[in-house]
Amino acid sequence: MTDLENQLQKALIGGRRFFTKAEVSDDLRTLHKHGGRQGDVFYRDRWSHDKVVRSTHGVNCTGSCSWKVYVKDGIITWEAQQTDYPSAGPDRPEYEPRGCPRGAAFSWYTYSPTRVRYPYVRGVLLDLFRAAKQQYGDPVVAWGSIVQDEEKARAYKKARGKGGLVRASWDEVAEIVAAAHVYTVKRWGPDRIAGFSPIPAMSPVSYASGSRFLELIGAPMLSFYDWYADLPNASPQMFGDQTDVPESGDWWDAGYLIMWGSNVPMTRTPDAHWMTEARYRGQKVVAVAPDYAENVKFADEWVTTAPGTDGALAMAMGHVVLKEFFVEKNVAFFNDYNKQYTDLPHLICLERTADGVYRPGKYLVAGDLDHPEGGAENAMWKPAVIDAGTGEVRIPQGAIGHRFGDEGLGKWNLELGDIDPALTMYDGVRESVEVELPRFDEPDGKVRHHRRGVPVARVGDRLVTTVLDLMLAQYGVPRDGLPGEWPTGYDDPAGPSTPAWQATHTGVPAAQVERLAREWAQNAIDTEGRGMILMGAGVNHWFHSDQIYRAMLVLTTITGCQGRNGGGWAHYVGQEKIRPIMGFQHMAFALDWHRPPRHMNQTAYWYVNTSQYRYDTFTADDLDSGTGVFAGKSVMDLLAQSVRLGWSPSYPTFDRSSLQLADDAEAAGMEAPAYVASELKAGNLRFAVEDPEHEDNHPRILSLWRSNLLGSSAKGNEYFLRHLLGTDSAATAVEAPPEMRPKDVVWADKAAEGRLDLLTTLDFRMTSSTIFSDVVLPAATWYEKHDLSTTDMHPFIHSFNPAIAPPWQTKSDWDTWKVIAKKFSELAVDHLGTRKDVVAKPLWHDTAEAMATEHGVVKDWKLGPDHPDGCDPVPGKTMPVIAVVERDYTQVYEKMTSIGPLLEKVGMLTKGVAYDVAREVDILRTRNGVVHGGAGDGQPKVETDVQMADAMLHLAGVSNGHLATQGFRFLEKRTGTRLADLAAEHEGKQITFADTQVAPVPVITSPEWSGSESGGRRYAPFTINIERKKPFHTLTGRQQFYVDHDWFIGMGEMLPVYRPPLNMTALFGEAPIGEQNELGVSVRYLTPHNKWSIHSEYQDNLFMLSLSRGGQSVWVSDRDAAKVGIKDNDWIEMVNRNGVVAARAIVSHRMPEGTVYMHHAQDRLIDVPLTERDGKRGGIHNSLTRILMKPNHLVGGYAQLAYFFNYIGPIGNNRDEVTMIRRRTAKVEY
Amino acid sequence: MRVMSQMAMVMNLDKCIGCHTCSVTCKQAWTNRAGTEYVWFNNVETRPGLGYPRTYEDQEEWQGGWVRKPNGRIALRAGGRLKKLLTIFSNPKLPSIQDYYEPWTYDYETLLSSPQTDTFPVARPKSLISGKDMNVEWSANWDDDLGGSHEHAARDVMLRGIEDKVKLEFEQTFMFYLPRICEHCLNPSCAASCPSGAIYKREEDGIVLVDQDRCRGWRMCVSGCPYKKIYFNHKTGKAEKCTFCYPRIEVGIPTVCAETCVGRLRYIGLVLYDADKVLEAASIEDEHDLYDAQRACFLDPEDPDVQRAAEAAGIPADWIEAARKSPVWALINRYEVALPLHPEYRTMPMVWYIPPLSPVVDVIRDTGEDAEERGNLFAAIDALRIPVEYLANLFTAGDPEPVTRVLKKLAAMRSYMRDINLGREPDESIPAAVGMSGEDMYEMFRLLAIAKYDERY
Repeated sequence: MTDLENQLQKALIGGRRFFTKAEVSDDLRTLHKHGGRQGDVFYRDRWSHDKVVRSTHGVNCTGSCSWKVYVKDGIITWEAQQTDYPSAGPDRPEYEPRGCPRGAAFSWYTYSPTRVRYPYVRGVLLDLFRAAKQQYGDPVVAWGSIVQDEEKARAYKKARGKGGLVRASWDEVAEIVAAAHVYTVKRWGPDRIAGFSPIPAMSPVSYASGSRFLELIGAPMLSFYDWYADLPNASPQMFGDQTDVPESGDWWDAGYLIMWGSNVPMTRTPDAHWMTEARYRGQKVVAVAPDYAENVKFADEWVTTAPGTDGALAMAMGHVVLKEFFVEKNVAFFNDYNKQYTDLPHLICLERTADGVYRPGKYLVAGDLDHPEGGAENAMWKPAVIDAGTGEVRIPQGAIGHRFGDEGLGKWNLELGDIDPALTMYDGVRESVEVELPRFDEPDGKVRHHRRGVPVARVGDRLVTTVLDLMLAQYGVPRDGLPGEWPTGYDDPAGPSTPAWQATHTGVPAAQVERLAREWAQNAIDTEGRGMILMGAGVNHWFHSDQIYRAMLVLTTITGCQGRNGGGWAHYVGQEKIRPIMGFQHMAFALDWHRPPRHMNQTAYWYVNTSQYRYDTFTADDLDSGTGVFAGKSVMDLLAQSVRLGWSPSYPTFDRSSLQLADDAEAAGMEAPAYVASELKAGNLRFAVEDPEHEDNHPRILSLWRSNLLGSSAKGNEYFLRHLLGTDSAATAVEAPPEMRPKDVVWADKAAEGRLDLLTTLDFRMTSSTIFSDVVLPAATWYEKHDLSTTDMHPFIHSFNPAIAPPWQTKSDWDTWKVIAKKFSELAVDHLGTRKDVVAKPLWHDTAEAMATEHGVVKDWKLGPDHPDGCDPVPGKTMPVIAVVERDYTQVYEKMTSIGPLLEKVGMLTKGVAYDVAREVDILRTRNGVVHGGAGDGQPKVETDVQMADAMLHLAGVSNGHLATQGFRFLEKRTGTRLADLAAEHEGKQITFADTQVAPVPVITSPEWSGSESGGRRYAPFTINIERKKPFHTLTGRQQFYVDHDWFIGMGEMLPVYRPPLNMTALFGEAPIGEQNELGVSVRYLTPHNKWSIHSEYQDNLFMLSLSRGGQSVWVSDRDAAKVGIKDNDWIEMVNRNGVVAARAIVSHRMPEGTVYMHHAQDRLIDVPLTERDGKRGGIHNSLTRILMKPNHLVGGYAQLAYFFNYIGPIGNNRDEVTMIRRRTAKVEY
Repeated sequence: MRVMSQMAMVMNLDKCIGCHTCSVTCKQAWTNRAGTEYVWFNNVETRPGLGYPRTYEDQEEWQGGWVRKPNGRIALRAGGRLKKLLTIFSNPKLPSIQDYYEPWTYDYETLLSSPQTDTFPVARPKSLISGKDMNVEWSANWDDDLGGSHEHAARDVMLRGIEDKVKLEFEQTFMFYLPRICEHCLNPSCAASCPSGAIYKREEDGIVLVDQDRCRGWRMCVSGCPYKKIYFNHKTGKAEKCTFCYPRIEVGIPTVCAETCVGRLRYIGLVLYDADKVLEAASIEDEHDLYDAQRACFLDPEDPDVQRAAEAAGIPADWIEAARKSPVWALINRYEVALPLHPEYRTMPMVWYIPPLSPVVDVIRDTGEDAEERGNLFAAIDALRIPVEYLANLFTAGDPEPVTRVLKKLAAMRSYMRDINLGREPDESIPAAVGMSGEDMYEMFRLLAIAKYDERY
C-alpha cells in the first residue's frame, strides 16, 4: 500500500471518528455503537403490529400447520408459524414449527390483483338471463328458457373461458344459481347436479357448506381421493381400510426408513425434519427415486429406478426376504406374526383347467366343507386353514362371517385359540402340482405364463395350498422337490422375481437389491418390526399402482412391521385424515336429515361425462391374463356392469328422473325397490351410464368450491373443455373404431358437447376453473373465516380464525351456500314442494351388504336367471340398494342450518360401529341454541361456521371421549376383546372449538381409526388390530395378500405381480420413448408435485414465482435436451394426442434421460403463450393426460372390495403417459 | 482481554431441506416493499450453483472482503485505492440488478377484466423496474435444485480447481442447500468500507446495522461485503441489510428466519470473544489457520476469568449465563462441528455451518457393501457424493481436514446412537475414534436431533 493510499483511506474511513459518537477501533476496522434504538426506528416500526390471530391454510395440503397471522391497522401484514404444539415427548423432537414457503406466502393473496372481490357472471349469460327474466318474470322459467334454447345455450357455452366476466350483485347471482338448481331438480332430477370440493380434513366446515346443501337436495358429491389417483387401491384390497398411516412423529421410531417415490422435503415440508433427525438416532435412510430428488440428499443410498418399475424392485426384495428368511431360515418373529395377522396360512383351492394344469382359485371356506362349521351362519364367509399340529382343517375366528350376524358376537377377533395354522403345505413334500402363473414383464405388458410347483393337501376332492406357498411360487423362490421353471439363483435374469431380473427392468444393480432386502429383514428382526416405507405419488400415480403397492406392502407385512410404532407403510399422497370423521360425515352429508347420501366416484363420472370413454382404445381384453374374463368387452362395458350390479355408484343413475321414478312406482302401486328391479328387468328403465350422450342423461350443474378442477385434477383436460363445457379444445385423438367400442352402451353418432348448463366456482383468486365458470363467487380467504383443521401427519385439531372480516363483497363458503340455500328454498315453493326421490346406492363396505357375492363369483342379472352366469335383479344383493327419500325442497335452508332428527332417532354408524348420540344432540341444543319454527323446530342450531365446527367435534370420538368409549364398548361386544380402556383415560374430555382457538389439541383414541394414541404415544396405524387382536375389515379379517374375486383371478392379479408401465405406443400409437421426429423427442411424461405450489395454489403467487422460473416450466435432462437442441429457459412445446403444452424448459443433469417432469397444476394463467401448433392458449399439465380406468378397481359387493366414498374405486392415474418435446421455433405470442 | 458479546447463528446444513420458508417469512416481514423488491435478506442457494447475486463469491471480480498484504496487515480488497475515491460516484464493483434479478409482477387484473376474446386470458410478466413486458430470465433462485446446471452450476466459483472431482452427470449428481443471512462479522468489511460511518456493530450484541439516517447511499458497503448481504434500496437511496431481527431479539424472540425454519436447523446463541484478538486472528498468514484463529478469539464462558472479565466489561450476568448455555458455542467449540463460511474473506463471520452428509456414491453401492457397517463407517465419508473438497472451499478456505473431521463425527454419532436406539450396549470405541466421550456424543445428538425450542435459541 502506498502512503498516498494509506492517507486517503484514513481520510475516508478514519474520518468516521470525528462524525460519530460511536467507538471506532484503533485499527480503524470497525465501529462499535451502543444501541441503535434511535437510528433504526424504521425496523422497529416495521415489526410492530396490533394483533396476532391463529389460523391455517385449507385444502389439498396435508400440512395442517398452525400459523400466526399478523395484523396492523386492520390489514393483514404477514404470517409466521405457531410454535405451541403440545409436546411429542421429552425424548424426541417436536412438531414446531410447522409450515412451508407456500403457506408463508399466503397473505399475498389477500390484497393481490388476482383476488376475486365481487360476484361475476359471464356477460353473455347475464344478458340472456336478464332478458328472459324480463320476459317471464319467474327466474326458474327464465333459466329454462335459456338452456332449452339450443342457440342461446351454445352462445354462452362457447364463450366459456374467453373473458367477458362482468360484475353482478349477490342477489342476482344467488337467483341465477338457485333458479338453475330448482329448474334442474324439477326437469331432470336432483342427481343431474353435482358438487366437487376436495379433501375436507383441512377445512371440514367449508367443505360441508356446499355438500350439506347439495345432499339435502339430493345431488351427489364427487369423490376426490380416488380421482386424484392418491387412493392406493392396495389398501382396501389388503387392509380393508381406505388408508391409515403413521403421523410423522412416528418416523422417529423407525430403525430403517425407505422413502420410495415420496419426496419428503418437497411434499411433506413441515414433517421432513423428523426424517433428518431420526438419522441421528442411527436410522438408516434409503431413497428410491428416478431423479436426484430433494430427499435423495438425506439418504444413505440412492436407488435409481426407471420410472414406473418399482413393482419389480419390490418383488425382487420380496424374493430375497422370502428365500432367506422364510425358506432358508425359520424366523419365529415372522412366522408368529403371519400366522395370526395375515392370510399367508389360509387355504386356496387349485382349479384344474381344460389343459390339465392348475390355476390358483378361491379361498376354501367353511361353507365349502363337510365340517362342523359348514352349516354355521355366514359359512361362505369364513376361510379355512390347516392346523400344523393335527393336519385338520380349522376355521379361525375373525373373518367377515363373524363380523355380522348373531353367531359371530364375541368371536370377531384374531385370537387363534388352539389353532396353529400351517404356513405351508411343504412338509418334505407330501404332494405337489404345477400351477400356471401369469407374468406381464414383457414390454407389451401382455400376459405370458410360466409353471411353478406348489405343495398341496387334499381336502375332500379339493386340492389346496396356502397363500404362502403360492407366494413363494409367484416370487420364484425354489424349494427342493417342487417341479416347474425356477430361477437358478439371484443372478438369473430370466424369470420373475430375482434381483438380476429386476435389474433388467429397473436398472438397479442386483447386489444393491440383495443387500437392501437383507438389511430390511434383519432390521425388522432386530427392532421387532420397526422398518418403515414412506411411499407416495411417485409410485402411486401409475395405472398399475395397486400392484406396485401390493408388492411393497408384502415387504412391510411379512416382516411383521405393520401395526407397529416406527413400522409399516406410510402412504403420503392425498391421504388426509379428517380425524373427527364421524361428526364430519354426518354433518357434511346431511345424514341427520336424510339417508342414504349420494356419493360418486369422480374418475368414472368424468370418464363417462367428458366422453373420454369414446377415445379409449384400451380394451378390457388388454388386461386379462388369458382367462377370457373380459372377452370382447371395453372398459366402459365393465363400468356399466359394475354399476348395474351395485358395485359402483353412478349418477345420474337412470335415464329417468329419480323424482319421476318415485311417482311412477307409486302410480304402479309398488314399492320403489321392486318397481325399479322390474322396470330394469323389463328393459323399460336403463342406467344413464348405458347411454351417456343422450341429453336425458347429462349432468347439468356443477359447483366447485375449495377446488380448481380445471387447472389441477382434470385428467383429460381438453376433453373437459370440449365435451363438458363446449369450448375450445386442443385434443386431436380420434374416437375408437367400431370393433373397439362398448357393446352394452349406446354409441351415439356424435358425442355431446357442452353438457353442463351451469358451472359455478367459489374462490378468492382467479384460476383455470374460475375463468371457465359461468358464475364466479368471491370467497373469503383462509384468514377470514372460522374452520377446523386436522391431518394424519400430526395428532392435533386446531382452527382457522378470521384475522380480518371478509373484505369487499367476499363471503365464507358457509355463508355463500346459505345464501344459495335460502334463495333455492324460496323458489322451490312454487316449483318443487315436497317430492319423493329414489336413491340408488352401491353395496357398502363395513356393512352386511359387503357379503353379496359369495366367493367373488360374478353373476349378472342382465343375462337373466337362466344363464349360468346370470341371476335375477335383487336390490341390495345383485344390484344397487334402492331407497326412497322424501325431500321438502322448501325447507332446505332450515335443514341446512339445524341438526336433523335422525341422529336421535337412529343414531350414527361409522365403520360398522353404532353410536347413540342423544346426549350429544342435547348438549348441542344448549351450546348452539335451539331453532324455533320450520323444519328444524326444537333442534340444535348450526347457523354459523363455529356452531357447525362444534357440532362436528361433539359428534366424533376423537374429540369426544364419551363417544370414543361408547364405540369401543360396542366393538367389545363384537370382538370379545378388551378395547374401551384405550379411550377411558379421556372419557370425560370434550374438545370444543374454543379449545382449538387457544392451541392445537391432541385427539383421543377412537374406533374411528385403527391406531392407539393412549398414554401419549405416537399414532401408527393398525396398532389396535395387532395389540388387541381386532380384525382387519377384510374377508379373512387378516391383512390379505391374496384376492380371489373373479375379476382379479381373470386379470392374473390374485397376488402381487409386476406389471410394467402401459405401453403407449402399442395402445395409442404414440412414438416410443427415445424416438425422434419432427415433433422432437419422445419422453415419459411425469407430473410430480411442485416445489412452488400446493397443487394449483401458490403457483400464481408472486413470491413463489420470484423464487422459481416465473411461469410454467418443464424439467428435462441435459441428455434429452441436447438431442433436440433445447437450452435452459428455452420455450418448448409438448404435444401428444390429448393436447398441447407451451412452457419453458429447465435443463438439468439431475433428471434421468428419457423422462420429463412437468410439475403439476401450474395452471394456464401465468405467462402461457399461444401454442405454435394451434395458435391457442397453451394447456395445463393435464392437457396431455386422459382417464384410463383399471377394471378391478370397479369390483364391489365382495368383503373389503365394497364401495365407500373415497375408499375404493377407479383412480385418475396419470403417470404412464408419454409426449413429444421440442424447442419452439415460432415467435412467442400471447 | 477485552470481552465482548456477539449474537451468532449456526445452521446445520445436514438438516436443511431447501424449502425457502426462511426466505419468504423474512421477506414478508422485512423487505416486502417498494425499493426492496429484489432484496432477500435471507436467501437459500442450491450448491453447486451461482448463488445470489450471481457469482458473489468471485472476489477477483467483486473485490469484497479483506486481503492480507505482504506486510502482514489486512486491508480492504477494494478499498484503500486512489481509484476508489475517484470513482466514488460510479462504483464499478457493484452487482447490477441483473446479477440479482430484475423483479417483476404480472398483469393479474387481465384474468378478471378481460373483455370477451377468442382465447383464454393470461397474465404476462411486467418488470417492476421499467413497468414494461419482460421475459423472465433470472430470478432470486433461478438455479434451484440444479436447474440449468450446465449453464449455471458449472460456473460455480467454488468448483474452480476441483473440476476433476466434480462431474455434472446424472450418475454423479449431488446438491445441497446453503441458506444465507448477513454474517454479522467480527471484522466487518462493509463497515470499514462505509465513507459515512453509517454502518456500525452494536456493542452489546455485535449485530451489524446500517444507520438509515446517516447512510448516504455510496454503496461502498455493497462492494465491501464479500457475501453481498448489503443491498441498495433504490427507492430510499440507502443501504439495507439483515438486522438479525433486533426488534425481536431485544424482546427475547428468535430471528424470523430461525423461528420459522421448519428444518429446525438454526441455532442462535451468544458468544463471548476477545475483541483484542480479532485483528491478529484476521491477519494470520495461512488461510487454513483462519478457522482455528477465529475460534481462538472466542472465550470459554465457563472459565471464571472470562466471567470476571465479562462482568468487568459491563456484560450483564444473565448474558454471561446465556453464553454458557449457548448452543452456538457448543457447536463451534465444544463439539467442533460448525465451520465458518469463507474464512478466507477475513471478516470473521459469525454465522457458521455444519456441513452436510450425503448419499454414498455408486461405487460403494454396487459392491453391496453396507455403509452402516462399522468397518465402513469412515471409509464411507470418502465416498460421499458431495466432494469434501467442495465443502472445504466453502468452509475452510480449501482445507479438507476439518470438514472430514466434522463429517466423521456426524457419522460416528449415527453409528453410536443406532446401538442405543436398538437397545444394545453402546460401543464407546466409536466416539473415542473421533475424540469424543460417549456422554458428549449423546449430548451432541440431543442438541442436533431432539433440538427443542429452548435449546435451539
